[in-house]
Amino acid sequence: MPGLEDLYREIILDHYRNPRNRGELETPPARRAEGFNPLCGDEVVIYLETDGDLITDLKIGGQGCSISQSSASMMSAAVKGMTVDEAQNITRVFKAMMSIHESGLDGDGGDEDLQIDDEVSLGDLEALRGVVRFPVRIKCATLSWNTLLDAIDGH
Amino acid sequence: MTIEKVGLDAAALKAQFPLLSRTINGRRMVYLDSANTSQKPDTVIDAISDYYRNTNANVHRGSYQIAHEATEALEGARAKVASFINAPSTSEVVFSKNATESLNLVAQSWGRKNLREGDTVVLTELEHHANIVPWQMLREAIGIELRWIPITDEGKLDLSDLDRLLDGASLVCVSAMSNVLGTLNPISDIATRAHAAGALVLADASQYVPHLPTDVQTLGADFVAFTAHKMCAPTGIGVLWAREELLEDMPPFLGGGEMILQVTKEGYTTNDLPWKFEAGTPPIAEAVGLGAAIDFLSELGMKNVRAHEVALTAYALRTLSERFGDDIKIFGPSEPAERGGVLSFTYRDVHPHDVAQVLDQQNVCVRAGHHCAKPLMQRLGVGSTTRASLYLYNDESDIDVLSDSLAEAGDMFTF
Repeated sequence: MPGLEDLYREIILDHYRNPRNRGELETPPARRAEGFNPLCGDEVVIYLETDGDLITDLKIGGQGCSISQSSASMMSAAVKGMTVDEAQNITRVFKAMMSIHESGLDGDGGDEDLQIDDEVSLGDLEALRGVVRFPVRIKCATLSWNTLLDAIDGH
Repeated sequence: MTIEKVGLDAAALKAQFPLLSRTINGRRMVYLDSANTSQKPDTVIDAISDYYRNTNANVHRGSYQIAHEATEALEGARAKVASFINAPSTSEVVFSKNATESLNLVAQSWGRKNLREGDTVVLTELEHHANIVPWQMLREAIGIELRWIPITDEGKLDLSDLDRLLDGASLVCVSAMSNVLGTLNPISDIATRAHAAGALVLADASQYVPHLPTDVQTLGADFVAFTAHKMCAPTGIGVLWAREELLEDMPPFLGGGEMILQVTKEGYTTNDLPWKFEAGTPPIAEAVGLGAAIDFLSELGMKNVRAHEVALTAYALRTLSERFGDDIKIFGPSEPAERGGVLSFTYRDVHPHDVAQVLDQQNVCVRAGHHCAKPLMQRLGVGSTTRASLYLYNDESDIDVLSDSLAEAGDMFTF
């Protein structure tokens, strides 16, 4: 059984303590999308402002656990300034990281087999890798990313 | 006639629930999620196994020995349920899939027969989604009106405006015990006033029947729904009790085999009660398990179960309040006699999911979330809570482990 230190990495707790890009943006011009985790009642609201293809600003609202909140914070820091394509790409990479162990959740192996788009660096987001060992929390970590996709699609 | 023992020996009881002896990472199981589902004793597990090994056949239609035995087993379980809740007749005991289906049965059968556009159903702010959504679906379908009995800050029903809420109402849907707050609601008082106003009462007794002596003839409700898996029995079977004349007047809920007397190309006639409401092959092994669970509970004595849980709830409230002071906020009535052993709380500003995660590391099983009561969460002003819920196999040592683990969660999330 993985230890709590695998889950609650310092950088995760830092983003939980001091969430980046917290707030709201005026809609329009910003687009707003809401995501819910029906299991635990967590909710995230994303305000997304784009200029052409570029994500110029992004704010996060809502409430949730340390994992959902820190993942949202890290996501906001990562995708701000990216193009929409880049944001969609890093979302794919992140979600792949969150599902890579699904066939062998108990094993410690598999990290070295992580073959996802090498051109995309997850940076701080790597800290969330441990979440896959706690399957119940995967939905917490992916909530804001799925909501980001909704915001991009204009849902 | 069972001679009731005095007090419960929780340690001896734990030994009768095989899952509770499981260890994970060398830590014993501290199961505090019985409001979600209860664990099952050996006698229940054995009864189900024995049924499949020796008796399995379909019911009410076979002409051979084991088919007869299976039918006897199913109907014998129904008789045990009737006796356990003091129903006047087994005709009034309908088996369903779970409490949710029982509640939907009332909404779809009684509701569609008796309610018209503009008619009023009264709910409460502390209902489980299972006693809200079926009525919202009926509102969408036929345009009924829903009114809400509010709660006080202590988590009790605020009945100060009940007469106005009841004015012209057809039905009151109320939980006998809140699955979040533990509040024991005054069903009998509400029923007296509802009946005087011409309304019927539907009690969601899912959290009540497993924990307190239940007598449907004095409870006051016209319909009582509960589920088996919270009372030491298997999943997949629930009960709807209702007065016979109500059930007689209600159209069938689901159609199919078992619920008919006659079928022609032109139509069908319905079977007698309670089978009119039991389309298809019923949950036979589950009923056998429920019967065994009722034997188990009856032998302990429901008064003893209740007394054990009141004492343990008092211990838990005292232990957690003394240790954590203002850092913990436990919702619901502060007086143990007014509540069941369901302790929903927030702990500082540590999110319930994180609390539950740290507790899980100590093999302490609690539920974190909205407990299928989002309108109540809104009223309480929280997104979610952590909930520890007690049953007959819990003891003070379980509370002590909970308390220590909670302190650990506090340390981890001290910023």
